[in-house]
Amino acid sequence: MKKFQASILGAAALAIALTAQAGDDRAKAVTVMKRDFHAKGIAGMDRLNEDGPQALCNRSHDQPPKPIAERLERDQLEAIKYPADGRFLGDWKSGERIAQNGRGMTWSDPGAGANGGSCYNCHQIGPNETSFGSIGNSLHQFGKTRGNSPQIQKYVYGKIYNAKAFTLCSNMPRFGHSGTLSEQQIKDLVALLLDPSSPVNK
Amino acid sequence: MPSIKLRVVLALSGFALACAAHAQQKDAAAPRKPAAQTKKAASAPKEAITAEFEKFREMMEEASPAELFEAKGEDLWKAKRGPKNTALDQCDLGLGPGVLKGAYVQMPRYFADADQVMDVERRIVHCMVTLQGFKAEDLARQPFSDESRTPDPVSLVTYVAGQSRGMKVAIPQKHPKEREAYEVGREIFNFRAGPWDFSCASCHGENGKRIRTQELPNLSSKEQAIRAFQGWPGYRMTGGLMHTLQWRMNDCFRQQRFPEPGYTSETIADLLTYMGVNANGHVYKGPGIKR
Repeated sequence: MKKFQASILGAAALAIALTAQAGDDRAKAVTVMKRDFHAKGIAGMDRLNEDGPQALCNRSHDQPPKPIAERLERDQLEAIKYPADGRFLGDWKSGERIAQNGRGMTWSDPGAGANGGSCYNCHQIGPNETSFGSIGNSLHQFGKTRGNSPQIQKYVYGKIYNAKAFTLCSNMPRFGHSGTLSEQQIKDLVALLLDPSSPVNK
Repeated sequence: MPSIKLRVVLALSGFALACAAHAQQKDAAAPRKPAAQTKKAASAPKEAITAEFEKFREMMEEASPAELFEAKGEDLWKAKRGPKNTALDQCDLGLGPGVLKGAYVQMPRYFADADQVMDVERRIVHCMVTLQGFKAEDLARQPFSDESRTPDPVSLVTYVAGQSRGMKVAIPQKHPKEREAYEVGREIFNFRAGPWDFSCASCHGENGKRIRTQELPNLSSKEQAIRAFQGWPGYRMTGGLMHTLQWRMNDCFRQQRFPEPGYTSETIADLLTYMGVNANGHVYKGPGIKR
């Protein structure tokens, strides 16, 4: 009888262990990383702490349950700080420089001063830059196909400020939310994409 | 098979030739550039750049400067060094003391004496500490190559890797800790955090993606994971330095906007287990050339 009970207990324990396996590996991974990493330059250990969207996307392999994802997207959207002057279009020439610049936020970057947006790392944008990545979609002729309405301007500003407000597990960094780009820099990028005189829309 | 020293001389002369050829190719390519920048930025120019680089790499690999570091590593392996004035011939890389043939393509693996899963550099550092009496913290202080120096473990790893040239990757998954390293490595690979929300998978989780013109292998796939293994340790043309996978992992985490991982830490061993096991069955071509 005792033996029988023990085997039932054993089977139950095994079942729990099996279902918990993935979670255990994940917990172990976080423990190992927090032990093995150290702060360097501007990159502190706090960077290993997941925030809400990161945690949800990590745990669901980028397939979060829709109601929870929508809830978190709404939180991200509400936290976007739009320009107080209500103007979204900056200088596209400056925007091109920001899009080209891949510096910023690493432990070898100084921290102060203007970071870049690393845009060309992942996106095709202007027609004169043939060295562009493909993790993101092509933004060539972005304004030409979508127009330049105030709604589009606000959308693009918000998307660059916080891409996770629109697609929670997007690969794109939250450039405003993370403090990488300033309000003016984001305006300049909006102009790069939407200004009719920008080469993107020629 | 010529001795390493002879091959180094060949490598040096071949390297000079390859550089000259590359310079010529560059000149020849220059006038084409404006034509490539016409109206629509199509994908053709990048593919041309990549193809050109691949051609150049093939030429370079015929006589790779990595062989210089293989030769230096061989000298270091055989020399009596460190506070204990000992050679590394008793260092066990998993196939028995001093057995180097095939060791590299079967690591990371579990080592009972350390009760750890160790990648090749972690193990070599372990041997330098336990057998030769070097201090781990000294070896970890400046572990990566720069203009002024190539750390000894880099040359040693390159030598050991050369002893697996042409062999199939066969990283073991027998010991429970080896299987755990794979699973934990996968979790680390997919762990998204930091100011830019990046994980390894953000760039290396899909087929056919690029950063600028640099093609990104999908390291979660069995077909492409070999590209994390192939060419490492590698002579990197950017800067002309010899680097190992310890450096590659370190610089990936820098670009991931993470804090810094410890040199030869478990984090790195787990990641290398995940990617290495995914690459099992592919043939390793030996130390190589990187862009």
